[in-house]
Amino acid sequence: MIPKELRQSLKEHVDLFEHPEELVVDVMFAIQKHYGYLTDEGVQETAELLNMSALEIEQLATFYTFIYREAVGKYVIHVCDSVVCWMNGYESIWEYLCRKLGIQPGKTTSDGLFTLLKVCCIGYCDRSPAMLINRKAYGNLTPEKIDAILEKLKAEAK
Amino acid sequence: MYPQVLFQNRKPDRIATLDEYRQSGGYRALTDVLKNYSNKDVQQAVMDSNLLGRGGAAFPTGMKLMSVADDASFPRYIVCNADEMEPGTFKDRVLIHADPHMLIEGIIIAGFASLAEKGIIFIRPEYENAAGILEREIEIARKEGYLGENILGSEYSLEIVVHRSAGRYICGEVTALMNALMGKRPNPMKPPPYPTEKGLWNRPTVLSNVETFACIPHIIRNGGQWFKDLAKTEKGAGTKIFCISGKVQHPGCYELPLGIRLSEIIEKYAGGMLDGSEFKAFLPGGASTQFLPNQFYDIEMDFDSLRQAGSRLGTGAIMIFDHKTCLVGATLNLIEFFARESCGWCTPCREGLPYIRDLLHRIESGEGKREFIPMLERMSKHLWSAYCAFAPGAISPVEGLLNHFKDEVEEHIRLNTCPFK
Repeated sequence: MIPKELRQSLKEHVDLFEHPEELVVDVMFAIQKHYGYLTDEGVQETAELLNMSALEIEQLATFYTFIYREAVGKYVIHVCDSVVCWMNGYESIWEYLCRKLGIQPGKTTSDGLFTLLKVCCIGYCDRSPAMLINRKAYGNLTPEKIDAILEKLKAEAK
Repeated sequence: MYPQVLFQNRKPDRIATLDEYRQSGGYRALTDVLKNYSNKDVQQAVMDSNLLGRGGAAFPTGMKLMSVADDASFPRYIVCNADEMEPGTFKDRVLIHADPHMLIEGIIIAGFASLAEKGIIFIRPEYENAAGILEREIEIARKEGYLGENILGSEYSLEIVVHRSAGRYICGEVTALMNALMGKRPNPMKPPPYPTEKGLWNRPTVLSNVETFACIPHIIRNGGQWFKDLAKTEKGAGTKIFCISGKVQHPGCYELPLGIRLSEIIEKYAGGMLDGSEFKAFLPGGASTQFLPNQFYDIEMDFDSLRQAGSRLGTGAIMIFDHKTCLVGATLNLIEFFARESCGWCTPCREGLPYIRDLLHRIESGEGKREFIPMLERMSKHLWSAYCAFAPGAISPVEGLLNHFKDEVEEHIRLNTCPFK
């Protein structure tokens, strides 16, 4: 269950709006932040806060790229696989990340730190190949650069 | 060097502050409008400038503002589309990071033109930085009296909020975006009714792209004729922010006159092709435009000339492909994108795109057959009967491939492998 304070602050925010449904993404993000991903319980809680059905929440949660319905790591890596990154070598970056992290696409490392996903064009084509980690963009990727980024994040997580 | 209008305050490392924007003439147009213009005058001024929407569809902005009926209901909405998910496109991100108040002023003036009292900036989750900047600068604008109740002492009131999306390409389609804002699954809806009649919560809603809004203060300040004269071609109007990427030396965002030749953009601004790369093809305006071959290397980058060439200016996102890049592979990548991003609501798009993907995949991996080419052509035609513009956009690269690079497709089939591997 989400903490009482979070529920209260979301409720107060929602009550300010004539059409609370317009806040559904914000509420899903807030509840996802609490659990780490949008749990079944989180779907139910979002629905209650907005006076919507759990089914309505579910069809949104499964539709949007940045709402996760399964557990993810502390850092979610979204590697851009659209056309400009494709022509500038995203495939080798992707393979390098899979090897380096020792995981299959869509999976999370056993230490719970990294989840690896593909994503469509993130708007950093001037710095391709590019990826997002927890929505922060990293561009002009090379294996060396990826090593440095991952090391830094591992150190920060400790 | 061409005149810099939208990028006049662009700096390498930070946004322009409110004071810097004001020193360059910022918010003068708004002050003038609220003192001396009726909302109809603003509509007419935008109409006279020939401003066409910069988000891809090129709809005349003046006409859109005028399509809100005089007796339409209130509250009315003004919505800025900062979703920018067209592959290859990153101009709105750069523009917001350069001069956020230019966008804010543009939204307020367009809001006044349609007598909107609620403004919304719809932004993709990948642009969290930009969303934060906008929220902060909107607050600054409010403190200065540019937003809120009785703006600058006038009768006009407007609030703007930033709405974060959770990320999906289809949300950039106007009717899908409205569903997203209303907390519904963002499927497109087939007009009529048009958003300017019945949009958000059944109220009149005017929606435009970031770059389109940013043009409006300059049109008010300098006039429609000045705006038209910015373009190189007779029918064109204004500058355009081109984002160029792919096999060039300096990928990036450049503000240039509409109608500038592609060759000039590549050679003068993007620093030429990469060493060892020869120009083979380009997508002129994002993923949902047709490939054009090297005979169009000198084409005037304008709405009209690209339409005549069988493609579109789209968002002005130019992607350059070289002689070592396989266009069957590139098209397969583009179709993968569209198949994944299709909302799945209507059959041609949901079923047709995976079918095309499968054919292209087989051709690319050496299992192609000659009869696949007419199958691709036939299926591409079916996609034109989809509900929204997504599917016709999605098959544009396929059509471009078959129109201009059929021999490359045939070579894959003949050799039973990709000749670029």
